[in-house]
Amino acid sequence: MSHVIGLYQPGRSPLHRLPAGWKFLGLLVFAALVVVFDRPWQLAGFAGVVCAGYAVARIRPGLVLRTMRTVLVLLGVVFALQWWLLGVESAVVVCLRLLVAIGAANLFTLTTRVDDLVAAIERAASPLRRLGVRPEMLGLLVGLTIQAVGALSVIARQTREAQRARDASRSVAAFAVPFLIRTLRHADELGEALAARGVGDESGSDAVPSPASRAE
Amino acid sequence: MIEFDGVGHSYGEHAVLDDVRLRLDERRVAFVGANGSGKSTLARTINGLVLPSSGRVLVDGSDPAKAGNRVRSRVGFVFTNPDSQIVMPTAGEDVAFSLRGKGLSKAERERRAAEALAEHGLAGYADHPAQQLSGGQKQLLALCAMLVLEPDVLVCDEPTTLLDLRNKRRFVERLRGLEQQIVLVTHDLELLDDFDRVVVLDEGRVVADDEPRAALRYYRELVA
Repeated sequence: MSHVIGLYQPGRSPLHRLPAGWKFLGLLVFAALVVVFDRPWQLAGFAGVVCAGYAVARIRPGLVLRTMRTVLVLLGVVFALQWWLLGVESAVVVCLRLLVAIGAANLFTLTTRVDDLVAAIERAASPLRRLGVRPEMLGLLVGLTIQAVGALSVIARQTREAQRARDASRSVAAFAVPFLIRTLRHADELGEALAARGVGDESGSDAVPSPASRAE
Repeated sequence: MIEFDGVGHSYGEHAVLDDVRLRLDERRVAFVGANGSGKSTLARTINGLVLPSSGRVLVDGSDPAKAGNRVRSRVGFVFTNPDSQIVMPTAGEDVAFSLRGKGLSKAERERRAAEALAEHGLAGYADHPAQQLSGGQKQLLALCAMLVLEPDVLVCDEPTTLLDLRNKRRFVERLRGLEQQIVLVTHDLELLDDFDRVVVLDEGRVVADDEPRAALRYYRELVA
C-alpha cells in the first residue's frame, strides 16, 4: 500500500509558488464547495478543476495513479455500500465528492512544503497567543500529524512483513498487538528526540517534557 | 566539562545507576557496557532527558535538572533509531526545524540547513523525502539537525548500532572531524581506538575508567 497522502514534489509551478496559507484556505473553501454542490455534473466540473491543477503543477501521471490506486479501492467499497443502502445516484455523488476532495488534498501536499504550511499556520494563529494558545505548538502539531501518516504506514508494513515471515496467519491480534507496541515505542522515542531538540524549552520553562524513557 | 556527582537513578524498584562520580573534560569520551548496564541512562542525564533520583549532573556548571533549556541548547543528542528522530518530511525542513525559535528568517534557516547538509555529506538532499534516505544517511541527517545548532557537547547513544560497517565507519569519521566534546555510548568497540577516555559501566556502576586499550581489555574480560 502506498501513501494516501503524497510526499512533497519539488517544482516551480504557480501552484508550488502560491503562499501556503492562501493555498490551504483555498483547499478548505474548495472542500466546502464540494460538500455544498450535489449534482453529479457539478462535481464532475470540480474533478476537472482538480485534474487541471495536477497538469499545472506538472505532477507525473504515474505518481498520481500509484497514490490513487489505494483511494480507488476504498471508493469501490464506499460505492458498493452506498448503492446498496441509498441507491446509485447517491453513491455516484458521494464517491465523486470523496474523489475530488482527496484529489485536491493530495495536490496540496504534493505542492506544499510542510515547513511552509507550519509557518503559515503559526502566523495565522499568532493573534490567539493572547488567549493562551501557543502558535508554534499548533504548527508543530500539524507537521507531526502529516509526518505520522508516513511513520505509521512504515510500521504497519514492517509488522505485516514480520507476521508473514513467521506464518501466514490472518489473526487480527497478531497484527494489532505488535503494531500498537511499536507505535507506542515510536511515540516514546519521538518524544525524547523532540525534547532533545529543545521543543518545549522555548516557553522558558525548565520542566522536563517527558522523561518516560525506558533506556537501559 | 561534564560532572557527575554521586548520580543514582532507579526505575521503580530497579536501580539502574548507583553513585556515579565522573569528571569528563576530554574531547572524546565513550561509555561502554552490557545491555542494562546503565550507560544510556547515564548519557540521558547529561541533557536532562533523565533526571537522576540522587546526586546531580553539571554541564559547564549548569544543572540540567534546574536549567534544562540552557543545557539542552548546548548539548546535542543523537539517538539509536534514525527513524524516530526525523520530525519533518524533507531533510532540509528537518534541519531547519532545529533553528525555529532562533529569530532567523525562513530564508536564513533554509540557507543554514542546506549548508549543514552539504557539510555532512548530504548536499543536494534538502528537498529529498527524509524517510526515503538510507539508514546511514538518516543518521547523518540526525547529526546535521544537531550540529546546525552549534552545540558544545554532542552525546550519541549507540548511533551506529543499526548501521552497516561502511556507514558505521563513515559516521565515526564524521564524529572525529568535529570540534565538539563527544560522549559516545556504543557497543562497537573497534571504533574507540583513538578515543581519549573509555568509561566501562556494569550494573549501574563505573567499573573501569581508563584510556581505550586498558578499559576495553577490562571490559572484554568482564563479559568473557
